[in-house]
Amino acid sequence: MSYRRSRVLPALLAMGFAFLYIPILSVIVYSFNNSRLVTVWGGFSTRWYGVLLADHRMLEAAWLSLRIAAVSATIAAVLGTLAGLVLARFGQFRGRTILSGMVSAPLVMPEVITGLSLLLLFVAFAPLPFVPDERGFSTIVIAHVTLTMAYVAVIVQSRLSSLDDSLEEAAMDLGARPERVFILITLPIIAPAIASGWLLAFTLSLDDLVITTFTAGPSTSTLPMMIFSKVRLGVTPEINALATLMITLVALLVVAAGVLMARKEKTRQRDMYLAQGAGSAL
Amino acid sequence: MVHTLSLLQRRFGITGRRLVIAVPWVWLLLFFLIPFLIVLEISFAHTRLGVPPYTPLWEWTSEHALHLSLSAANYLFLARETLYLDAFLSSMKVAFISTFFCLLVAYPMAYGIARASARWRNTLLLLVVLPFWTSFLVRVYAWIGLLRNNGLINNVLMGLGLIHEPIVMMQTDFAMYIGIVYSYLPFMILPLYSNLEKHDNTLLEAAVNLGATPFKAFLQITLPLSLPGMIAGSMLVFIPAVGEFVIPRLLGGNNTLMIGRVLWDEFFNNRNWPEASAVAMTLLLVLVLPIMIFQRYQAREAGAGLHR
Repeated sequence: MSYRRSRVLPALLAMGFAFLYIPILSVIVYSFNNSRLVTVWGGFSTRWYGVLLADHRMLEAAWLSLRIAAVSATIAAVLGTLAGLVLARFGQFRGRTILSGMVSAPLVMPEVITGLSLLLLFVAFAPLPFVPDERGFSTIVIAHVTLTMAYVAVIVQSRLSSLDDSLEEAAMDLGARPERVFILITLPIIAPAIASGWLLAFTLSLDDLVITTFTAGPSTSTLPMMIFSKVRLGVTPEINALATLMITLVALLVVAAGVLMARKEKTRQRDMYLAQGAGSAL
Repeated sequence: MVHTLSLLQRRFGITGRRLVIAVPWVWLLLFFLIPFLIVLEISFAHTRLGVPPYTPLWEWTSEHALHLSLSAANYLFLARETLYLDAFLSSMKVAFISTFFCLLVAYPMAYGIARASARWRNTLLLLVVLPFWTSFLVRVYAWIGLLRNNGLINNVLMGLGLIHEPIVMMQTDFAMYIGIVYSYLPFMILPLYSNLEKHDNTLLEAAVNLGATPFKAFLQITLPLSLPGMIAGSMLVFIPAVGEFVIPRLLGGNNTLMIGRVLWDEFFNNRNWPEASAVAMTLLLVLVLPIMIFQRYQAREAGAGLHR
């Protein structure tokens, strides 16, 4: 077909990808720049990585952010999976509309609103027992879970609704209890979705500035908060090095997860195909 | 489906089912819905010096009577000060223009990926999603290095002899628009792609066989069919862009008025929590309609592409 052979689309695609990747590549290239002036090339050097590794406050903030991201992504993966499962497989129940609204609204809600509202909640409930009086690690984790579980739920839900529930039904017809059906059948099917949900929750948490600034106490400083305060003062080569490390870490994780999942998916589809073949042979 | 449900109900027992529903429900109620009620409450309070920096709405007075004091002062101030109205209008304008350009850049990309051979499609999608996974802050920061007076773009243009003076791009609306379009582009591409991917090619072939030019076939078939994807993507960009804080703060000029910045300054610099709450409530009110449109056009379509 003539419209399939058109050269316009590939050209536009290439331009789009150039737009997406040139800024990222420029950060990576300039992180190896020897010059203190960020935009003048002064030869290849890894000195800014040295400067970065000697910056204790930066490292401390990075360690805090990594811990917050790991804890909140794990809680968000559990809660988001439950929410996605409930929305995709539980049919109608009272409060379904509210739940689906509460799951998708955080995806678009401006962060200044979410951040402000969570902070006011923590302040209003601070006198109560079981509520942390000091804002910091735990309040940031709660805020991040609330934001990122929505992403996990949406991913798990779309994965579940793209698959029919005949396998689950068959297992239940054969007398398996719902918990067993979930663990033996549903969970393996949605495991890739949960994994990418966890990964997304992790990177969103690692990256969040606005909600974190609202919910962090005055003495807590996460990595994005540190970056923001440095960047406001201008471009520093140290941030280029840090950005390069973050980009590399995330790219490796995502690509590895992608390859792993593609392989798993292939095996799963082959198994299902074989199972169907065996079924029809009988 | 119905069969599974009845089985679920019988086997799981009502309690197990209820528990699974209750856990995410209660979490979101506590940490997403109730906080809005508190913002609403505090938006009617007065500012005071102290901890917390606002007056309580109700107090038990000595006669064991409930004393209620609501103040609309914050909202009246919002309506009276033109700064706030200007900020709202300018935020809407910025979000609208950014959404338009996002759509303009994203549509050919999503269409190109949907038309690419199956072998390439997943790789191309991964390439769209990958920047989204890397730090948002880092991506905004990257543009500072490109747009500065002695940044990459100006250096290249001057090196080529196209310009003699650096073009001032940083701290302008132009830089802010670039930053917003750049940061939100994947949000536009993914729902568009998941819509375009489902299109039935035989429709287009039929149109072309009947004598339509490919462009006309695109205009009359593909474009209208992709409207839900366009709306979902536009809402995913427009709504957060209205309240955007980081991009205007880092790339935009000092006189770029954005409501997200106003709220931030009101809260952190002026420590006027009730006024900030009133701004947040008004912003929420403005966004209720777009959020409802977004809910209607399925958050799911948006999520479909994210985990590839």
